[in-house]
Amino acid sequence: MRGNVRYLAWAGVVVALGILFYSTRSTISHDPWTWVGVFLTVAVFSFLYRENRIYRFAEHLVVGVANGYSISFTVHRVIVPYVIKPLSAGFKALAADGPSLKLLDPNSSANFIILVPLAIGLLYFARFIPKYAWLVRIPMAIFMGYYTGQTVPAAFTGVVFPQLKATLVTQASFGGDPWLGVWKVLVLVGVLTTLTYFFFSREHKGVLKWSAKTGIIYVMVGFGASFGFTVMARISLAIGRFYFLFRDWLGILH
Amino acid sequence: MRVKLPLGLMIFFGILGFTDSFVPHPWAQNFHGVLRNKVLIVISVFALALGIGNLISHHVTRIKRKGPNWIHSYTTLISLGIATLIGIMGGVTGNGWLPTRVGGFKYDIQTIYFKVLVPLQSTMFALLAFFMASAAYRSFRARNLLAGLLLGSAFVVMLGQVPIGELLTGFLPPGFHAADISTWIMQVPNTASKRAIELGLTLGVLGTMLKILTGIERSWLGGGR
Repeated sequence: MRGNVRYLAWAGVVVALGILFYSTRSTISHDPWTWVGVFLTVAVFSFLYRENRIYRFAEHLVVGVANGYSISFTVHRVIVPYVIKPLSAGFKALAADGPSLKLLDPNSSANFIILVPLAIGLLYFARFIPKYAWLVRIPMAIFMGYYTGQTVPAAFTGVVFPQLKATLVTQASFGGDPWLGVWKVLVLVGVLTTLTYFFFSREHKGVLKWSAKTGIIYVMVGFGASFGFTVMARISLAIGRFYFLFRDWLGILH
Repeated sequence: MRVKLPLGLMIFFGILGFTDSFVPHPWAQNFHGVLRNKVLIVISVFALALGIGNLISHHVTRIKRKGPNWIHSYTTLISLGIATLIGIMGGVTGNGWLPTRVGGFKYDIQTIYFKVLVPLQSTMFALLAFFMASAAYRSFRARNLLAGLLLGSAFVVMLGQVPIGELLTGFLPPGFHAADISTWIMQVPNTASKRAIELGLTLGVLGTMLKILTGIERSWLGGGR
């Protein structure tokens, strides 16, 4: 019984598509890439029915194409300008003028200094040689160390200070529209009480209890709003995909 | 040596990265520019190569062992090969030596990106709308005040962004329309809770980073030898 319903549903989809195709045959797109896009869009949406081979094909295609794209982008934007060009220019300069200190200047268009990061980067492959596998920690240490060190002041100047500054309520907050000042006070109360709710070093009793209770109200309203906002963002993406199907492919919408 | 050298390097480079914001001398800024924009980028290329190598090895092994969905591993490997070939030989904008145009039909890597990857990724994100709506339908119940607040604010924010919201609340005085209440929720309670969470998160991240920089946190070194 269930199998018959499934076949009937598929037959219905095919007939509907046939009618749609017939009725729109004059406006339908002739661009092969649009047809590719349609196939991929339908392949991904087919997951709404259940997981199937066409969806899995699309899923694996994303992985392959995305990685192929990043490889080619890395070759053209990093390897060619930062490795191949300086090295080949360096060899030419070496052959023409002989060794000079200029060849060690990283800002020069012809330099050999790029061999240092190349050698460090190659250490990533040391993990395949058990005896020297620990060497993979060196490029990781350089990377992690530098970016961790950079993030500490950046977190203060980029997040902590601006957020605290935006939370402060001053006399100027009530200067224009007084309601804006009231909303700023509510934001200040919300920030303090939410922080209290996530403060676990002391038991939530007395003032702390009421502050945390107010905080959870803010958190729930905030989570609800974020959820609603995210759903609407996804729905606008879905509308975009249907718009693509009905405008770019079928030419029904204009 | 196996632990102390990487740890020492990490602390050294950590201090170096830290000083970037505090030493405005042109020489130091130039040094950091070279380090960030050339040296570290070149090192990161090898991490990408390692990742791609792992991806290929995973799919080749799956094909060899005829693991679950092994047939689709061919899709990944073939599409990876074709995209890489076209991207490297054809150039980013189709200006390489491999022809990437037949008549009016273009197939350079940027076209592949916009015509294959963009529809796939945006449809995958769009798919989440259905799952989120379905999950919300099953789990959103106003059992108590807090659950009611969550449900109510989600409903108002959604209503405020669609024309029916204006249709239903258009008769109310200005400031009480669905769009106005939605904006107020986003700007006041949502901002307050998000700001507090972000501050807490940042302080947590800062704490972890200081632990890494001082060598207290060493899990990144991995286990074993």
